[in-house]
Amino acid sequence: MDIFGVSPQLLLGQLLLGLINGSFYAMLSLGLAVIFGLMNVVNFAHGAQYMLGAFVAWLLLTMFGVPYWGALVIAPVVIALFGMALERFLLRRLQNEDHLFGLLATYAVALIVEGLVLHGYGSSGLPYTNPIPGGVMLGFMFLPYYRLWVVAISLVLCLGTWLLIERTKLGSYLRAANERSELVEAFGINVPKLVTLTYGFGVGLAALGGVLAAPIYSVSPSMGTNMIVVVFAVVVIGGMGSIAGAIVSGYALGLAEGLTKVFYPAGANMTIFALMILALMIWPSGLFSKAQ
Amino acid sequence: MSEAQTPHLAITDLNAWYGESHVLHGITLDVKPGELVTLIGRNGAGKTTTLRSIMGMLKNRKGSVRCLGQETIGLRTYQIARLGLGFCPEDRGIFASLDVQENLMLPPVLKPGGMSEDELFAIFPNLKTRFNSPGTKLSGGEQQMLAIARILRTGASLLLLDEPTEGLAPVIVKQIGRLIGQLKARGFTIILVEQNIQIASQWADRHFVLESGRVVDQVEGGDLTAHMPRLKTYLGV
Ligand SMILES: Nc1ncnc2c1ncn2[C@@H]1O[C@H](COP(=O)(O)OP(=O)(O)O)[C@@H](O)[C@H]1O
Ligand SMILES: [Mg+2]
Repeated sequence: MDIFGVSPQLLLGQLLLGLINGSFYAMLSLGLAVIFGLMNVVNFAHGAQYMLGAFVAWLLLTMFGVPYWGALVIAPVVIALFGMALERFLLRRLQNEDHLFGLLATYAVALIVEGLVLHGYGSSGLPYTNPIPGGVMLGFMFLPYYRLWVVAISLVLCLGTWLLIERTKLGSYLRAANERSELVEAFGINVPKLVTLTYGFGVGLAALGGVLAAPIYSVSPSMGTNMIVVVFAVVVIGGMGSIAGAIVSGYALGLAEGLTKVFYPAGANMTIFALMILALMIWPSGLFSKAQ
Repeated sequence: MSEAQTPHLAITDLNAWYGESHVLHGITLDVKPGELVTLIGRNGAGKTTTLRSIMGMLKNRKGSVRCLGQETIGLRTYQIARLGLGFCPEDRGIFASLDVQENLMLPPVLKPGGMSEDELFAIFPNLKTRFNSPGTKLSGGEQQMLAIARILRTGASLLLLDEPTEGLAPVIVKQIGRLIGQLKARGFTIILVEQNIQIASQWADRHFVLESGRVVDQVEGGDLTAHMPRLKTYLGV
Protein backbone atom coordinates (compact mmCIF):
# COMPACT_ATOMS: atom_id res chain seq x y z
CA MET A 1 0.00 0.00 0.00
CA ASP A 2 1.38 3.36 -0.97
CA ILE A 3 0.69 6.79 0.51
CA PHE A 4 0.72 9.48 -2.20
CA GLY A 5 2.88 7.15 -4.25
CA VAL A 6 5.36 6.61 -1.44
CA SER A 7 5.90 3.36 0.42
CA PRO A 8 5.04 3.43 4.14
CA GLN A 9 8.51 2.06 4.89
CA LEU A 10 10.15 5.06 3.32
CA LEU A 11 7.72 7.50 4.89
CA LEU A 12 7.99 6.10 8.42
CA GLY A 13 11.73 5.68 8.09
CA GLN A 14 12.19 9.33 7.18
CA LEU A 15 9.78 10.45 9.89
CA LEU A 16 11.84 8.53 12.43
CA LEU A 17 15.02 10.14 11.14
CA GLY A 18 13.23 13.48 11.33
CA LEU A 19 12.22 12.76 14.91
CA ILE A 20 15.84 12.01 15.84
CA ASN A 21 17.16 15.13 14.15
CA GLY A 22 14.29 16.99 15.81
CA SER A 23 15.41 15.68 19.20
CA PHE A 24 18.78 17.36 18.70
CA TYR A 25 17.22 20.53 17.31
CA ALA A 26 14.90 20.74 20.32
CA MET A 27 17.66 20.21 22.93
CA LEU A 28 19.98 22.70 21.29
CA SER A 29 17.40 25.39 20.57
CA LEU A 30 16.11 24.99 24.12
CA GLY A 31 19.55 25.86 25.50
CA LEU A 32 19.89 28.79 23.12
CA ALA A 33 16.44 30.07 24.08
CA VAL A 34 17.17 29.84 27.82
CA ILE A 35 20.42 31.76 27.37
CA PHE A 36 18.93 34.36 25.06
CA GLY A 37 15.91 34.90 27.32
CA LEU A 38 17.97 35.83 30.34
CA MET A 39 21.13 37.32 28.86
CA ASN A 40 20.04 38.67 25.47
CA VAL A 41 23.13 36.96 24.12
CA VAL A 42 22.88 34.99 20.90
CA ASN A 43 25.24 32.20 21.89
CA PHE A 44 27.16 31.53 18.71
CA ALA A 45 29.43 29.15 20.64
CA HIS A 46 26.50 26.74 21.05
CA GLY A 47 27.52 24.57 18.09
CA ALA A 48 31.12 24.39 19.29
CA GLN A 49 29.93 23.46 22.78
CA TYR A 50 27.81 20.68 21.28
CA MET A 51 30.83 19.48 19.30
CA LEU A 52 32.96 19.62 22.46
CA GLY A 53 30.45 17.33 24.17
CA ALA A 54 30.95 14.69 21.49
CA PHE A 55 34.68 15.28 21.37
CA VAL A 56 35.22 15.08 25.14
CA ALA A 57 33.16 11.87 25.18
CA TRP A 58 35.47 10.47 22.51
CA LEU A 59 38.58 11.61 24.44
CA LEU A 60 37.25 10.09 27.66
CA LEU A 61 36.67 6.78 25.92
CA THR A 62 39.90 6.55 23.93
CA MET A 63 42.29 8.13 26.45
CA PHE A 64 40.83 7.14 29.80
CA GLY A 65 38.58 4.25 28.95
CA VAL A 66 35.56 6.05 30.41
CA PRO A 67 32.50 4.42 28.83
CA TYR A 68 29.57 6.23 27.24
CA TRP A 69 27.47 6.29 30.41
CA GLY A 70 30.25 8.00 32.35
CA ALA A 71 30.85 10.49 29.54
CA LEU A 72 27.14 11.29 29.49
CA VAL A 73 27.59 12.85 32.93
CA ILE A 74 31.23 13.97 32.93
CA ALA A 75 31.40 15.72 29.55
CA PRO A 76 28.40 18.05 30.08
CA VAL A 77 29.59 18.96 33.58
CA VAL A 78 33.13 19.76 32.40
CA ILE A 79 31.90 21.79 29.44
CA ALA A 80 29.29 23.58 31.55
CA LEU A 81 32.10 24.64 33.92
CA PHE A 82 34.07 25.89 30.94
CA GLY A 83 30.95 27.80 29.85
CA MET A 84 30.49 29.34 33.30
CA ALA A 85 34.09 30.56 33.24
CA LEU A 86 33.43 32.03 29.80
CA GLU A 87 30.36 33.85 31.15
CA ARG A 88 32.13 35.05 34.27
CA PHE A 89 35.27 36.40 32.61
CA LEU A 90 34.14 37.40 29.12
CA LEU A 91 30.38 37.73 28.63
CA ARG A 92 29.76 39.51 31.95
CA ARG A 93 32.10 42.30 30.89
CA LEU A 94 30.04 42.81 27.75
CA GLN A 95 26.60 42.76 29.35
CA ASN A 96 26.14 46.53 29.31
CA GLU A 97 27.39 46.88 25.73
CA ASP A 98 25.55 46.37 22.46
CA HIS A 99 24.23 42.79 22.14
CA LEU A 100 26.27 42.46 18.98
CA PHE A 101 29.41 42.22 21.13
CA GLY A 102 28.15 39.11 22.91
CA LEU A 103 27.38 37.53 19.56
CA LEU A 104 30.82 38.39 18.18
CA ALA A 105 32.60 37.20 21.32
CA THR A 106 30.82 33.82 21.33
CA TYR A 107 31.42 33.46 17.60
CA ALA A 108 35.14 34.05 18.17
CA VAL A 109 35.13 31.42 20.93
CA ALA A 110 33.45 28.97 18.55
CA LEU A 111 36.08 29.55 15.86
CA ILE A 112 38.93 29.15 18.36
CA VAL A 113 37.53 25.95 19.87
CA GLU A 114 36.83 24.43 16.46
CA GLY A 115 40.25 25.53 15.23
CA LEU A 116 42.00 23.89 18.17
CA VAL A 117 40.15 20.60 17.75
CA LEU A 118 40.80 20.66 14.01
CA HIS A 119 44.49 21.35 14.57
CA GLY A 120 44.83 18.61 17.16
CA TYR A 121 42.73 15.85 15.64
CA GLY A 122 42.08 16.66 11.99
CA SER A 123 38.85 17.08 10.12
CA SER A 124 37.97 13.45 9.45
CA GLY A 125 35.24 12.03 11.65
CA LEU A 126 36.31 10.08 14.72
CA PRO A 127 34.25 6.93 15.22
CA TYR A 128 32.38 6.37 18.48
CA THR A 129 31.07 2.90 19.26
CA ASN A 130 27.33 2.54 19.70
CA PRO A 131 26.78 1.77 23.41
CA ILE A 132 23.37 0.14 22.80
CA PRO A 133 23.74 -2.02 19.70
CA GLY A 134 20.84 -3.90 18.22
CA GLY A 135 17.29 -2.92 17.65
CA VAL A 136 13.79 -4.10 17.12
CA MET A 137 12.03 -5.07 13.91
CA LEU A 138 8.76 -3.19 13.73
CA GLY A 139 7.47 -5.03 10.67
CA PHE A 140 7.76 -2.08 8.35
CA MET A 141 11.21 -0.99 9.52
CA PHE A 142 14.15 -1.68 11.80
CA LEU A 143 14.36 0.60 14.83
CA PRO A 144 17.83 0.78 16.46
CA TYR A 145 17.65 0.84 20.25
CA TYR A 146 20.13 3.70 20.46
CA ARG A 147 17.88 6.01 18.43
CA LEU A 148 14.95 5.12 20.63
CA TRP A 149 17.08 6.07 23.64
CA VAL A 150 18.01 9.43 22.08
CA VAL A 151 14.38 10.29 21.38
CA ALA A 152 13.35 9.28 24.90
CA ILE A 153 16.07 11.17 26.78
CA SER A 154 15.57 14.25 24.64
CA LEU A 155 11.86 14.24 25.47
CA VAL A 156 12.61 13.81 29.18
CA LEU A 157 15.18 16.63 29.16
CA CYS A 158 12.95 19.03 27.26
CA LEU A 159 9.92 18.33 29.41
CA GLY A 160 12.02 18.49 32.59
CA THR A 161 13.50 21.83 31.63
CA TRP A 162 10.09 23.20 30.74
CA LEU A 163 8.70 22.09 34.13
CA LEU A 164 11.71 23.54 35.93
CA ILE A 165 11.19 26.92 34.32
CA GLU A 166 7.38 27.08 34.38
CA ARG A 167 6.57 25.31 37.62
CA THR A 168 9.29 25.91 40.21
CA LYS A 169 10.44 28.75 42.41
CA LEU A 170 13.81 28.85 40.67
CA GLY A 171 11.96 29.00 37.37
CA SER A 172 9.95 31.99 38.59
CA TYR A 173 13.23 33.82 39.32
CA LEU A 174 14.35 33.04 35.79
CA ARG A 175 11.09 34.14 34.17
CA ALA A 176 11.04 37.35 36.19
CA ALA A 177 14.69 38.05 35.38
CA ASN A 178 13.92 37.50 31.68
CA GLU A 179 11.48 40.38 31.98
CA ARG A 180 13.44 42.72 34.26
CA SER A 181 16.62 41.43 35.82
CA GLU A 182 17.48 44.68 37.62
CA LEU A 183 14.21 44.60 39.56
CA VAL A 184 14.71 40.93 40.47
CA GLU A 185 18.13 41.86 41.80
CA ALA A 186 16.59 44.73 43.79
CA PHE A 187 14.61 42.09 45.71
CA GLY A 188 17.87 40.61 46.95
CA ILE A 189 18.27 37.79 44.43
CA ASN A 190 21.84 37.14 43.31
CA VAL A 191 21.20 37.75 39.62
CA PRO A 192 24.86 37.55 38.53
CA LYS A 193 24.99 34.02 39.92
CA LEU A 194 21.66 33.17 38.26
CA VAL A 195 23.11 34.33 34.93
CA THR A 196 26.27 32.23 35.34
CA LEU A 197 24.27 29.13 36.27
CA THR A 198 21.82 29.65 33.43
CA TYR A 199 24.58 29.97 30.88
CA GLY A 200 26.22 26.87 32.34
CA PHE A 201 22.92 25.00 32.09
CA GLY A 202 22.41 25.94 28.43
CA VAL A 203 25.99 25.00 27.59
CA GLY A 204 25.70 21.73 29.51
CA LEU A 205 22.56 20.87 27.54
CA ALA A 206 24.42 21.50 24.27
CA ALA A 207 27.30 19.30 25.43
CA LEU A 208 24.88 16.55 26.47
CA GLY A 209 23.40 16.75 22.98
CA GLY A 210 26.91 16.30 21.64
CA VAL A 211 27.53 13.15 23.70
CA LEU A 212 24.20 11.74 22.51
CA ALA A 213 25.15 12.57 18.93
CA ALA A 214 28.60 10.94 19.04
CA PRO A 215 27.44 7.35 18.26
CA ILE A 216 25.04 8.57 15.53
CA TYR A 217 26.95 11.21 13.61
CA SER A 218 30.72 10.93 13.51
CA VAL A 219 32.70 13.16 15.87
CA SER A 220 34.28 15.98 13.88
CA PRO A 221 35.24 19.64 14.49
CA SER A 222 32.61 20.87 12.04
CA MET A 223 29.67 18.83 13.37
CA GLY A 224 28.51 21.79 15.47
CA THR A 225 28.64 24.32 12.66
CA ASN A 226 26.37 22.21 10.49
CA MET A 227 23.92 21.72 13.31
CA ILE A 228 23.88 25.25 14.66
CA VAL A 229 22.80 26.96 11.46
CA VAL A 230 19.64 24.86 11.47
CA VAL A 231 19.13 25.40 15.19
CA PHE A 232 19.23 29.17 14.81
CA ALA A 233 16.44 28.90 12.27
CA VAL A 234 14.49 26.74 14.74
CA VAL A 235 14.91 29.35 17.48
CA VAL A 236 13.81 32.16 15.19
CA ILE A 237 10.69 30.23 14.20
CA GLY A 238 9.87 29.37 17.82
CA GLY A 239 10.37 32.95 18.97
CA MET A 240 13.69 34.02 20.47
CA GLY A 241 13.71 33.18 24.14
CA SER A 242 10.48 31.14 24.14
CA ILE A 243 11.05 27.82 25.91
CA ALA A 244 7.96 26.01 24.65
CA GLY A 245 8.50 27.50 21.20
CA ALA A 246 12.05 26.18 21.00
CA ILE A 247 11.00 22.66 21.98
CA VAL A 248 7.93 22.39 19.78
CA SER A 249 9.52 23.93 16.71
CA GLY A 250 12.62 21.76 17.21
CA TYR A 251 10.63 18.54 16.87
CA ALA A 252 8.26 19.96 14.27
CA LEU A 253 11.05 21.11 11.99
CA GLY A 254 12.89 17.81 12.32
CA LEU A 255 9.71 16.04 11.16
CA ALA A 256 9.10 18.60 8.40
CA GLU A 257 12.63 18.04 7.15
CA GLY A 258 12.03 14.27 7.16
CA LEU A 259 8.82 14.63 5.18
CA THR A 260 10.53 16.80 2.58
CA LYS A 261 13.13 14.10 2.11
CA VAL A 262 10.33 11.74 1.09
CA PHE A 263 8.35 13.99 -1.18
CA TYR A 264 10.96 16.41 -2.51
CA PRO A 265 14.43 15.13 -1.62
CA ALA A 266 16.25 17.95 -3.40
CA GLY A 267 14.51 20.51 -1.16
CA ALA A 268 15.28 18.82 2.17
CA ASN A 269 18.22 21.03 3.07
CA MET A 270 16.38 24.24 2.50
CA THR A 271 12.97 23.36 3.98
CA ILE A 272 13.79 24.75 7.41
CA PHE A 273 15.10 28.00 6.02
CA ALA A 274 12.12 28.43 3.73
CA LEU A 275 9.88 27.87 6.76
CA MET A 276 11.94 30.38 8.74
CA ILE A 277 11.40 33.07 6.12
CA LEU A 278 7.71 32.23 5.96
CA ALA A 279 7.40 32.37 9.75
CA LEU A 280 9.24 35.68 9.90
CA MET A 281 6.86 37.15 7.35
CA ILE A 282 3.74 35.98 9.18
CA TRP A 283 4.83 36.28 12.83
CA PRO A 284 7.84 38.62 12.86
CA SER A 285 8.56 38.00 16.54
CA GLY A 286 8.18 34.22 16.39
CA LEU A 287 5.40 31.68 16.60
CA PHE A 288 5.37 31.38 20.39
CA SER A 289 6.52 34.80 21.55
CA LYS A 290 4.15 36.48 23.95
CA ALA A 291 2.89 39.83 22.78
CA GLN A 292 4.41 42.38 25.13
CA MET B 1 26.51 56.05 69.03
CA SER B 2 23.29 54.56 70.30
CA GLU B 3 20.86 52.75 68.01
CA ALA B 4 18.38 55.62 68.17
CA GLN B 5 20.91 58.16 66.93
CA THR B 6 22.12 56.11 63.96
CA PRO B 7 19.99 57.11 60.97
CA HIS B 8 18.32 54.20 59.22
CA LEU B 9 19.59 55.65 55.97
CA ALA B 10 22.11 58.45 55.57
CA ILE B 11 22.88 59.80 52.12
CA THR B 12 25.77 62.20 51.75
CA ASP B 13 26.73 64.04 48.58
CA LEU B 14 25.24 61.41 46.27
CA ASN B 15 25.96 61.91 42.58
CA ALA B 16 24.58 59.65 39.88
CA TRP B 17 24.72 59.36 36.12
CA TYR B 18 22.69 57.72 33.34
CA GLY B 19 25.51 57.07 30.91
CA GLU B 20 27.06 60.48 30.27
CA SER B 21 24.16 62.40 31.70
CA HIS B 22 24.75 63.64 35.27
CA VAL B 23 21.37 63.45 37.01
CA LEU B 24 21.93 63.65 40.78
CA HIS B 25 24.16 66.51 41.94
CA GLY B 26 25.10 65.92 45.56
CA ILE B 27 21.96 64.69 47.32
CA THR B 28 22.25 64.74 51.11
CA LEU B 29 19.46 63.50 53.33
CA ASP B 30 18.83 61.11 56.18
CA VAL B 31 15.97 59.06 57.54
CA LYS B 32 15.70 58.02 61.18
CA PRO B 33 14.42 54.60 62.19
CA GLY B 34 10.62 54.54 62.01
CA GLU B 35 10.48 57.88 60.28
CA LEU B 36 8.48 58.57 57.12
CA VAL B 37 10.03 61.11 54.80
CA THR B 38 8.84 62.12 51.37
CA LEU B 39 10.75 63.17 48.29
CA ILE B 40 8.74 65.77 46.46
CA GLY B 41 9.39 67.86 43.40
CA ARG B 42 8.32 68.26 39.82
CA ASN B 43 8.59 65.58 37.15
CA GLY B 44 12.21 65.02 36.24
CA ALA B 45 13.52 66.42 39.53
CA GLY B 46 15.36 63.18 40.29
CA LYS B 47 13.08 61.44 42.83
CA THR B 48 12.97 58.10 41.06
CA THR B 49 16.69 58.32 40.32
CA THR B 50 17.38 58.90 44.01
CA LEU B 51 15.49 55.72 44.99
CA ARG B 52 17.17 53.72 42.21
CA SER B 53 20.56 55.02 43.30
CA ILE B 54 19.89 53.99 46.89
CA MET B 55 19.27 50.47 45.54
CA GLY B 56 22.46 50.61 43.47
CA MET B 57 20.46 50.22 40.27
CA LEU B 58 22.47 53.02 38.66
CA LYS B 59 25.90 51.60 37.96
CA ASN B 60 27.57 54.99 38.11
CA ARG B 61 27.03 56.58 41.52
CA LYS B 62 29.39 58.39 43.87
CA GLY B 63 29.16 59.71 47.40
CA SER B 64 27.96 57.84 50.44
CA VAL B 65 24.81 55.86 51.17
CA ARG B 66 24.86 54.30 54.63
CA CYS B 67 22.22 51.85 55.76
CA LEU B 68 22.19 51.45 59.56
CA GLY B 69 25.75 52.73 59.51
CA GLN B 70 26.99 50.39 56.78
CA GLU B 71 28.40 51.95 53.63
CA THR B 72 26.68 50.55 50.51
CA ILE B 73 28.28 52.56 47.75
CA GLY B 74 30.53 49.68 46.67
CA LEU B 75 27.88 46.96 46.98
CA ARG B 76 25.85 45.30 44.26
CA THR B 77 22.09 45.79 44.15
CA TYR B 78 21.24 42.39 45.63
CA GLN B 79 23.68 42.93 48.50
CA ILE B 80 22.07 46.29 49.28
CA ALA B 81 18.60 44.75 49.24
CA ARG B 82 19.75 42.13 51.74
CA LEU B 83 20.45 44.86 54.30
CA GLY B 84 16.65 45.00 54.61
CA LEU B 85 15.44 47.32 51.88
CA GLY B 86 12.15 46.87 50.06
CA PHE B 87 11.75 48.63 46.72
CA CYS B 88 8.41 49.36 45.06
CA PRO B 89 9.07 50.86 41.61
CA GLU B 90 7.12 53.66 39.99
CA ASP B 91 5.61 51.39 37.32
CA ARG B 92 4.85 48.73 40.01
CA GLY B 93 7.02 46.12 38.29
CA ILE B 94 4.48 43.29 38.26
CA PHE B 95 5.80 40.42 36.14
CA ALA B 96 3.55 39.33 33.29
CA SER B 97 4.97 35.80 33.09
CA LEU B 98 4.32 35.17 36.80
CA ASP B 99 0.91 34.62 38.35
CA VAL B 100 -0.20 36.62 41.38
CA GLN B 101 1.08 34.04 43.84
CA GLU B 102 4.49 33.86 42.14
CA ASN B 103 4.71 37.64 42.05
CA LEU B 104 3.90 37.79 45.76
CA MET B 105 6.41 35.08 46.66
CA LEU B 106 9.18 36.23 44.33
CA PRO B 107 11.19 38.42 46.74
CA PRO B 108 13.08 36.13 49.11
CA VAL B 109 12.86 36.64 52.86
CA LEU B 110 15.79 38.89 53.79
CA LYS B 111 15.36 39.21 57.54
CA PRO B 112 13.11 37.73 60.19
CA GLY B 113 10.02 39.70 61.17
CA GLY B 114 8.29 39.99 57.80
CA MET B 115 4.51 39.76 57.58
CA SER B 116 2.97 36.32 57.28
CA GLU B 117 0.72 35.40 54.38
CA ASP B 118 -2.32 35.53 56.68
CA GLU B 119 -1.49 39.05 57.78
CA LEU B 120 -1.08 40.09 54.15
CA PHE B 121 -4.40 38.57 53.14
CA ALA B 122 -6.07 40.42 56.01
CA ILE B 123 -4.74 43.67 54.55
CA PHE B 124 -5.10 42.71 50.88
CA PRO B 125 -8.14 40.38 50.67
CA ASN B 126 -8.35 40.75 46.87
CA LEU B 127 -5.02 39.10 46.23
CA LYS B 128 -6.08 35.71 47.51
CA THR B 129 -9.03 35.42 45.18
CA ARG B 130 -6.82 36.22 42.18
CA PHE B 131 -3.94 33.94 43.17
CA ASN B 132 -3.64 32.10 39.87
CA SER B 133 -4.25 34.95 37.42
CA PRO B 134 -1.27 36.40 35.59
CA GLY B 135 0.06 39.35 37.60
CA THR B 136 -0.65 41.88 34.91
CA LYS B 137 -4.32 40.83 34.61
CA LEU B 138 -5.02 42.63 37.90
CA SER B 139 -6.44 46.15 37.94
CA GLY B 140 -4.01 49.03 38.43
CA GLY B 141 -4.98 49.32 42.10
CA GLU B 142 -4.60 45.60 42.72
CA GLN B 143 -1.22 45.61 40.99
CA GLN B 144 -0.10 48.42 43.27
CA MET B 145 -1.30 46.49 46.33
CA LEU B 146 0.58 43.43 45.09
CA ALA B 147 3.72 45.49 44.52
CA ILE B 148 3.57 46.70 48.13
CA ALA B 149 2.46 43.38 49.62
CA ARG B 150 5.38 41.45 48.15
CA ILE B 151 7.97 43.64 49.93
CA LEU B 152 6.19 43.36 53.28
CA ARG B 153 6.81 39.60 53.37
CA THR B 154 10.56 39.91 53.22
CA GLY B 155 11.37 41.39 56.61
CA ALA B 156 12.65 44.58 54.97
CA SER B 157 12.46 47.43 57.46
CA LEU B 158 13.17 50.31 55.08
CA LEU B 159 10.60 50.74 52.31
CA LEU B 160 11.17 52.82 49.19
CA LEU B 161 7.79 53.60 47.63
CA ASP B 162 7.81 55.42 44.29
CA GLU B 163 4.51 57.20 43.64
CA PRO B 164 2.23 54.42 44.88
CA THR B 165 -0.95 56.39 44.15
CA GLU B 166 -0.05 57.56 40.64
CA GLY B 167 -2.85 57.09 38.13
CA LEU B 168 -5.25 55.35 40.52
CA ALA B 169 -8.91 56.06 41.31
CA PRO B 170 -9.62 58.32 44.33
CA VAL B 171 -11.02 55.50 46.46
CA ILE B 172 -7.90 53.38 45.87
CA VAL B 173 -5.71 56.40 46.59
CA LYS B 174 -7.47 56.70 49.96
CA GLN B 175 -6.90 53.00 50.68
CA ILE B 176 -3.23 53.30 49.90
CA GLY B 177 -3.02 56.41 52.07
CA ARG B 178 -4.49 54.44 55.00
CA LEU B 179 -2.13 51.54 54.27
CA ILE B 180 0.90 53.82 54.42
CA GLY B 181 -0.33 55.04 57.81
CA GLN B 182 -0.62 51.43 59.03
CA LEU B 183 2.88 50.65 57.81
CA LYS B 184 4.26 53.64 59.62
CA ALA B 185 2.43 52.61 62.79
CA ARG B 186 4.02 49.15 62.50
CA GLY B 187 7.42 50.78 62.68
CA PHE B 188 8.59 50.64 59.07
CA THR B 189 11.00 53.35 57.98
CA ILE B 190 9.63 54.76 54.74
CA ILE B 191 10.89 56.95 51.93
CA LEU B 192 7.86 57.94 49.92
CA VAL B 193 7.85 59.68 46.57
CA GLU B 194 4.44 61.23 46.20
CA GLN B 195 2.87 63.92 44.01
CA ASN B 196 -0.48 63.73 45.79
CA ILE B 197 -0.06 66.43 48.42
CA GLN B 198 -2.82 65.01 50.60
CA ILE B 199 -1.14 61.65 50.82
CA ALA B 200 2.33 63.18 51.06
CA SER B 201 1.46 65.36 54.03
CA GLN B 202 -0.83 62.89 55.82
CA TRP B 203 1.81 60.84 57.63
CA ALA B 204 5.16 62.41 56.77
CA ASP B 205 7.61 63.52 59.42
CA ARG B 206 9.67 65.51 56.94
CA HIS B 207 9.62 66.41 53.27
CA PHE B 208 12.74 66.76 51.12
CA VAL B 209 12.18 68.96 48.12
CA LEU B 210 14.16 67.99 45.01
CA GLU B 211 14.87 70.14 42.00
CA SER B 212 17.26 69.29 39.14
CA GLY B 213 18.89 66.52 41.12
CA ARG B 214 19.49 68.59 44.27
CA VAL B 215 17.75 68.86 47.64
CA VAL B 216 16.63 72.50 47.61
CA ASP B 217 14.49 72.57 50.74
CA GLN B 218 13.40 70.54 53.72
CA VAL B 219 9.96 70.99 55.25
CA GLU B 220 8.82 69.63 58.62
CA GLY B 221 5.75 67.46 58.27
CA GLY B 222 4.07 68.36 61.54
CA ASP B 223 2.39 71.66 60.84
CA LEU B 224 0.79 71.18 57.48
CA THR B 225 -1.22 74.31 57.09
CA ALA B 226 1.77 76.56 57.66
CA HIS B 227 3.77 74.90 54.90
CA MET B 228 1.02 74.10 52.42
CA PRO B 229 1.62 77.14 50.17
CA ARG B 230 5.35 76.37 50.07
CA LEU B 231 4.77 72.68 49.29
CA LYS B 232 2.33 73.61 46.57
CA THR B 233 4.79 75.84 44.73
CA TYR B 234 7.38 73.05 44.74
CA LEU B 235 4.92 70.56 43.36
CA GLY B 236 3.77 73.06 40.77
CA VAL B 237 0.11 72.73 41.70
N1 LIG C 1 16.90 55.90 31.90
C1 LIG C 1 17.26 57.20 31.82
N2 LIG C 1 18.23 57.59 30.98
C2 LIG C 1 18.61 58.88 30.89
N3 LIG C 1 18.06 59.87 31.63
C3 LIG C 1 17.09 59.55 32.48
C4 LIG C 1 16.62 58.20 32.63
N4 LIG C 1 15.65 58.18 33.54
C5 LIG C 1 15.50 59.46 33.95
N5 LIG C 1 16.35 60.28 33.32
C6 LIG C 1 16.49 61.73 33.52
O1 LIG C 1 16.88 61.95 34.85
C7 LIG C 1 16.20 63.06 35.40
C8 LIG C 1 15.50 62.65 36.66
O2 LIG C 1 14.47 61.72 36.35
P1 LIG C 1 13.61 60.98 37.46
O3 LIG C 1 14.50 60.59 38.55
O4 LIG C 1 12.84 59.93 36.77
O5 LIG C 1 12.66 62.16 37.93
P2 LIG C 1 11.35 62.11 38.84
O6 LIG C 1 11.18 60.75 39.38
O7 LIG C 1 11.59 63.12 39.88
O8 LIG C 1 10.22 62.50 37.94
C9 LIG C 1 15.27 63.57 34.31
O9 LIG C 1 15.90 64.66 33.68
C10 LIG C 1 15.15 62.43 33.36
O10 LIG C 1 14.98 62.88 32.05
MG1 LIG D 1 9.63 59.41 39.07
